[in-house]
Amino acid sequence: MQLALSEEDQKFREEVRTYFTTEVPQDIRTAVEEGRELSKDQIVESMRALNRGGLAVPHWPEEWGGRGWSELRRHIWHEEMQAACVPVPLAFNASMIGPVIAQFGSQEQKERFLPATANCDIFWSQGFSEPDAGSDLASLRTTAVLDGDDYVVNGQKTWTTLGQYGDWIFTLVRTNPDVKKQAGISMLLIDMRSEGLEVRPIELIDGGHEVNEVWFDNVRVPAENMVGEPGSGWTQAKFLLGNERVGVAPVGATKRVLARAKEIGAEVLADDPLLRARVAELENELLALELTALRVAAHSAGGEPHPASSVLKLRGTELQQAVSELVVDLAGPAVLGSGDGGDDLDWYRRSTPIYLNLRKASIYGGSNEVQRQIISRGILGL
Amino acid sequence: MDFSYDDEQTALRDATRGLVGKAYADWESRRRAVADDPGFDEKLWTQMAEMGLLGLPFSEDDGGVGAGPVEVAIVCRELGRVLAPEPYLGSVVYAGGLVAAVGTPEQRQEVLGGLASGESVLAFAHDEPGRRTSASAHDVTASAEGALTGTKEGVLHGARADVLVVSAALEGGGTGLFLVSGDALAGVQREGYSLPDGGRAARVTFDGTAATPLGEAGADVTSSIARVQDLTRIMAANEALGVMQTQLAATVGYLKSRKQFGVTLNTFQALTFRAADMYTSQELTHSLVDWATMVVEAGDPDALADAAARVSLQVSRAGRHIGQETIQLHGGIGVTAEYNVGTFTSHLTVLDHLLGDGGHQLRALDQRLTSYAAIDPLDVA
Repeated sequence: MQLALSEEDQKFREEVRTYFTTEVPQDIRTAVEEGRELSKDQIVESMRALNRGGLAVPHWPEEWGGRGWSELRRHIWHEEMQAACVPVPLAFNASMIGPVIAQFGSQEQKERFLPATANCDIFWSQGFSEPDAGSDLASLRTTAVLDGDDYVVNGQKTWTTLGQYGDWIFTLVRTNPDVKKQAGISMLLIDMRSEGLEVRPIELIDGGHEVNEVWFDNVRVPAENMVGEPGSGWTQAKFLLGNERVGVAPVGATKRVLARAKEIGAEVLADDPLLRARVAELENELLALELTALRVAAHSAGGEPHPASSVLKLRGTELQQAVSELVVDLAGPAVLGSGDGGDDLDWYRRSTPIYLNLRKASIYGGSNEVQRQIISRGILGL
Repeated sequence: MDFSYDDEQTALRDATRGLVGKAYADWESRRRAVADDPGFDEKLWTQMAEMGLLGLPFSEDDGGVGAGPVEVAIVCRELGRVLAPEPYLGSVVYAGGLVAAVGTPEQRQEVLGGLASGESVLAFAHDEPGRRTSASAHDVTASAEGALTGTKEGVLHGARADVLVVSAALEGGGTGLFLVSGDALAGVQREGYSLPDGGRAARVTFDGTAATPLGEAGADVTSSIARVQDLTRIMAANEALGVMQTQLAATVGYLKSRKQFGVTLNTFQALTFRAADMYTSQELTHSLVDWATMVVEAGDPDALADAAARVSLQVSRAGRHIGQETIQLHGGIGVTAEYNVGTFTSHLTVLDHLLGDGGHQLRALDQRLTSYAAIDPLDVA
């Protein structure tokens, strides 16, 4: 057992830290620090800055820009990025469709999509969930019927995060209604400028526009845009969702918010031992989570993931939510304020929308109830 | 960065499990061991000495093995897994740790040599009636000549001990440590009693008792006591983790086998989800316990105090969660003494209050809350 990073890993940590704090534009990092929404341009610009240094898609196959890092290095990269207020690379590109195309796509698809995906030249959206297919994803009903060289797609997707920015959307569609529901699903890549495709905003309780409905009305999609064979979409979806759970515990970002809360709320905290106790308790819970992520990363050298990895999403989102709730309580009456009168008051003003927005965290990426099911069945054998 | 045991550490774990785990594989043997004084198996204690477990943390010059905190932690965790009542934590880690930290070379050789060989049991007489956890002595006082007066409480294995390490308020201020043994010990009033988990402790009253200063006479050793308390907290956390691991395994086994309404209990999601939360608590605790153990190895006293408070807070919270849920998911059988899981919860409760519960640790952490922005767990090495 050894706590210290090896000299090489320590050097690596310093190198990525330097890169993040010098190569990613300051205005973007400030926006992240202040908890502001990022524009599409900022998301793209920051991912390109990372990609220039080979830091956007390090977990991809090396042929397509991956770095062949250990899990520990990937963990360090992820934590340092959050600590430096650098937006993590667009998940739809870097964590979701990129690895799927690299694993299951044709050579033509890899060449066409992977470099553009790594550099965010294509802004991807995710078309999985439907109004009647949430946690029970395999019940999806959007259809794709072959007509000549095209599939004709009809149906509706929902909860499409940042769909208003999307250039392309990776979708799960039903290509065969006559087999077991999982076996009839395929994955199609669809240009969002296609005729018959419409993105409609869903307004959320935080007042923002983050998610959308995406409607398909006889959208024609070239058959060459299918990933893998017809009917293999469920395999790719499971692969993608498995990746989604990696790095879904936003430890670094949550730590950063808590540190900022201590700084901005110093006066309130000085007079309120009960709030201070909550801060101390949350710091400890975050430490336990961070160490669990480290323990999992240090263990995962080539083999099966450590079973404790399953607690990362569950606990990570719980703590992310708990910290956002603490910030609201720290704001107190400033929740009702105008936000005028300085950066701190403005930060407090935004605390409620952020708290409300983050209710999503225990719902997406496999709801926390799904995570409990994975633990009780998959790990405990119950 | 490595959370795994090396080959020798794995061998130590297996050997300890082979000895202690086997001795208490059957719950009845543990019940028998605590039924009568001294509340543990003297024969097993001797075997532990022969295996070198009792001298693990002490230098070879002092008659020990010179192993590190990871090795001591391995033993504590294994003892916790079977709720072994042997006085390892109180005698070797706590009292022995003080002798190692403060004693003169002669005292270390004599006292630790006797402890490591299994000839003598040590106890640290420190807590005082009505006082909260602290590194100082208040109501037990030492005269300039080294005579002790006053009452200590909760002295682990204090009635059985052959040598008492005693803390006392010094006339010149501060807290000193003293050794009481032999004839002087015979004159000390020691009332032994059982703890809620079947372990043993004593109320010890000194009345002008002749004592030998441990280390330099008249020196205030409060900070040494604090350091050894922190070390003991971290080893107690290892023991508690072992307890929780057994409780979760027992609960999972029970949910798979116990039938109600014609089906096994794992049919009910209301129960399996609670088991999933227990697993989460256990794994988070495991990470923090391993980390704190490695912080001991790194050797910085400030980092040690911080890690001890953090791991104790986590163990306090997780211990209550897992301890209470274990009983609830077992139903009525969980509160019987005949079945083991409830007594495991008793032990977690005792460990929780041995050196300050979660609230105590939280207050300690609150004191330095504003002295840093965020915690970097890799920054202590």
